[in-house]
Amino acid sequence: MRLQRLIIAAGVAAAALPALADPQLQSWQTKEGARVLFVEAHENAIVDVQLNFDAGNRRDPSGKPGLADLTLGLIDAGTAKMGEEAVRERLTDLAASLSGSADADSASLTLRVLARPEVRDPAVALVADLVAHPAFPEAVLKRERERSIDNLRQRETDPGFLAGRELTRLMYPAHPYGSGARLSADSLKRISREDLLAFWRTYYRPESAVVAIVGDLTRADAQRLAERLLAGLPKGRPAPPALADVPAIVPGQQKVIAHPASQAHVVFGLPLITRHDPDYYALMAGNYVLGGGGFDARLMRELRDKRGLTYGASSMLAPHEKAGPFEVSFSTRKDQAGEALTVARSTIADFVADGPTEAELEQAKANIVGGFPMRFDSNRKLLGYLAVIGWYRLPLTFLSDYPKKVSALTVSDVRDAWRRRIDPARLATVVIGPATLAEQGAKGEPAGQSR
Amino acid sequence: MKNWHKLVVAGLFAAAAGAAAAETVEATLENGLKVVVRRDARAPVAVSQLWYRVGSVDEVNGRTGLSHLLEHMMFKGTKTVPAGEFSRRIAAAGGQDNAFTSRDYTVYFQQLAANRLPLSLTLESDRMANLTIADDVFKKELEVVKEERRWRTDDQPTGILAETLYANAFVANPVRYPVIGWMDDIQNMKPDDLRAWYREWYAPNNATLVVVGDVDPQAVIALARKEFEPLKSKTLAERRPQREPEQKGVRRVSVKAPSELSYLTLAWQVPRLTRLAEADPYALSMLTELLDGHDAARLPRHLVREKKVALSASSSYDPLGRGATLFTLTAVPANGADMGKLEAALKGEIARIAQGGVSEVELARVRRQVEASRVFEKDSMFGQAMQIGSLESLGFSWRDEDEMNRRLLAVDAAAVKRAAQSLVDDKLTVVTLVAQPLKGRQVAPPANPKELR
Repeated sequence: MRLQRLIIAAGVAAAALPALADPQLQSWQTKEGARVLFVEAHENAIVDVQLNFDAGNRRDPSGKPGLADLTLGLIDAGTAKMGEEAVRERLTDLAASLSGSADADSASLTLRVLARPEVRDPAVALVADLVAHPAFPEAVLKRERERSIDNLRQRETDPGFLAGRELTRLMYPAHPYGSGARLSADSLKRISREDLLAFWRTYYRPESAVVAIVGDLTRADAQRLAERLLAGLPKGRPAPPALADVPAIVPGQQKVIAHPASQAHVVFGLPLITRHDPDYYALMAGNYVLGGGGFDARLMRELRDKRGLTYGASSMLAPHEKAGPFEVSFSTRKDQAGEALTVARSTIADFVADGPTEAELEQAKANIVGGFPMRFDSNRKLLGYLAVIGWYRLPLTFLSDYPKKVSALTVSDVRDAWRRRIDPARLATVVIGPATLAEQGAKGEPAGQSR
Repeated sequence: MKNWHKLVVAGLFAAAAGAAAAETVEATLENGLKVVVRRDARAPVAVSQLWYRVGSVDEVNGRTGLSHLLEHMMFKGTKTVPAGEFSRRIAAAGGQDNAFTSRDYTVYFQQLAANRLPLSLTLESDRMANLTIADDVFKKELEVVKEERRWRTDDQPTGILAETLYANAFVANPVRYPVIGWMDDIQNMKPDDLRAWYREWYAPNNATLVVVGDVDPQAVIALARKEFEPLKSKTLAERRPQREPEQKGVRRVSVKAPSELSYLTLAWQVPRLTRLAEADPYALSMLTELLDGHDAARLPRHLVREKKVALSASSSYDPLGRGATLFTLTAVPANGADMGKLEAALKGEIARIAQGGVSEVELARVRRQVEASRVFEKDSMFGQAMQIGSLESLGFSWRDEDEMNRRLLAVDAAAVKRAAQSLVDDKLTVVTLVAQPLKGRQVAPPANPKELR
């Protein structure tokens, strides 16, 4: 039995290209309608599985931020038949590792297990049992709620965390994407076991789940695995309402909050990019030039290389179903925060006004296209892409399209997209550290006027 | 030293298994550069890491942070490759590059398409011998490193905790210095200090090149020979042992920092692994796995979930390293739990094993985890290269991994019990981070935020 499996695996490996070099994505739906994405990869005897539900922070009821996180966090705290410690022992005995994470759009469970069916199948059955019959024990909820409150208190002393949270509040003052930034000890205290059960019942729906699988198993095995994983979940719950669009933000908001740390933490941002954004590639390639390309990027060059003002300055784009954030961040010695802010603002304004140079865009394309295979050179990384493709219903050709779309961009494509979409005068700004801020010179005035 | 022709091919057994023929080949060039190449053809990429055997354990007081500062300057240009150009060329090839410094080594790495590997080796060979350290560039980079120190250590409670621990748990061994250096030492560093450090330690015979990826190992070794063989080996400075005098009594230290939560660390001076056959380090490794190695491990179970005296509780022990080492337990008291109670609870976990031992069921659980994680680690090419490079840089061979693993799996209940018994107060340092809450300084959420515009 064992031997036969090995021979089959060898035959497949010899016949086809290595799975990760040119991943052949397969996709189908389970009986309930869950989308499954699968890549067969026999080189290592591992199976990685990610299960996503429409149960991210955006589904927190208003007044109860933290509910999505707590529900996910307590999914493995036992079932009707199995206590919390028994679940942990069982997972450990199967050498399986299970982790969970919730972002704005979804909540996910990730399982990694050896490919041997003797451990793979019971591990999948255990996860199926956890998502279908969570006990949410009152005592565990009490403990985890208290730990969450203590952890929040601690993060509230961290200037980087405070800066990010304030910025999210400014960008998403009423939208569900701001729920995480509205978390407080009080909101956590309001969450009861009934809330967890109701949240689980409403949002852990097999119909809208997405299952991503990468590893050493056949298509037939993967099909059985996906069905098994969702088998026990209650069916037929109504689909939750669609998510509202993100409203434009109030222009030019700025907050300066004193903090005793030695560095000031500075962030700018605005809600910007969606997963199906028509400007997706132009924004992404432009972001490489502005602040996403590490030492290749303008922010790093201006703030770090030329002036020694920071250890790191960067910009990032986080595409969501609705407008996810564009954010710029850096930290610097408190007394030079004003100077650094001035340099950062004019760097952003210049970029938005003029776009990248030909040479910069060529460099960005070369890096993004040339480095594309490295984004999924392990089963773990590939699993993450499969989950994103499945969750956002991106085309199965996404991984091969991406470099082609980037290659086709011109300087004017990028410049036009940034000009159209980003008005530097609208950027919300948060500075944590100095009590007040003296920005320097006219150059420090908000850009946007430069056009 | 004509051992460059001595090539070793391992992992042939893997070919019999059909898939993933992990082929690892090594060679030592005439100038002393060790090259280890592993073929992993799952994706058309490669990771290249150049490991120099120099880190903060080689530094002296007043010059701490030298190795790390030099790491920063290694991106600032050579006679033929201007400042910033190294990273720019790697990025243009679709690659990523960076570097890191530890107590024991300084590592430069690139991840790129496998067919661009020659670029990486050409650039590394150049900066092994031809670095220029310009005074004005150095001056700016010093400011960058000071910002890094503020960000990483000065403003981080856990950074302060770790720095305080090592500075107090040891009096003579250089592991007591922070890798990034004391702020004053960074401030007072001179370009000449770095030039001398570079001349002293950056040599082929003080380095290991590790490549993992979709490459032909023999071709990589030929390439390494072409790129690096022109460089001359050097007579390396003497490394003095700086052995830590025996600790004879508990040490207690406290440090205050802006923080809501307090932290407690108990750290015992324990042996490190100097030769493969030593028994104690394996037993201590098994002990830390039992305490904090998996989902059902003892510390989080007993202290966080059952007694609820801690918000988090962890254990760590690194048997490999050129300097002295510690076995540590770190915990954050749960709201209301006092430090005395938490210390007693942590010591209680050690005492339970020292007196009552551990069950076969628990040991078997850890062994399964250890075996599975060896399979899981093969998913990452970078991780595989790290494993090879660290063993080679710490006085072992990449081939020792199997033997170390066998010895770890062979640790029995009696050995774990003895390891727990060795953690006595006379070898202990207790560090308390005393929280200084920000209350009254109005941090968040501000009732009336200051609007500037």
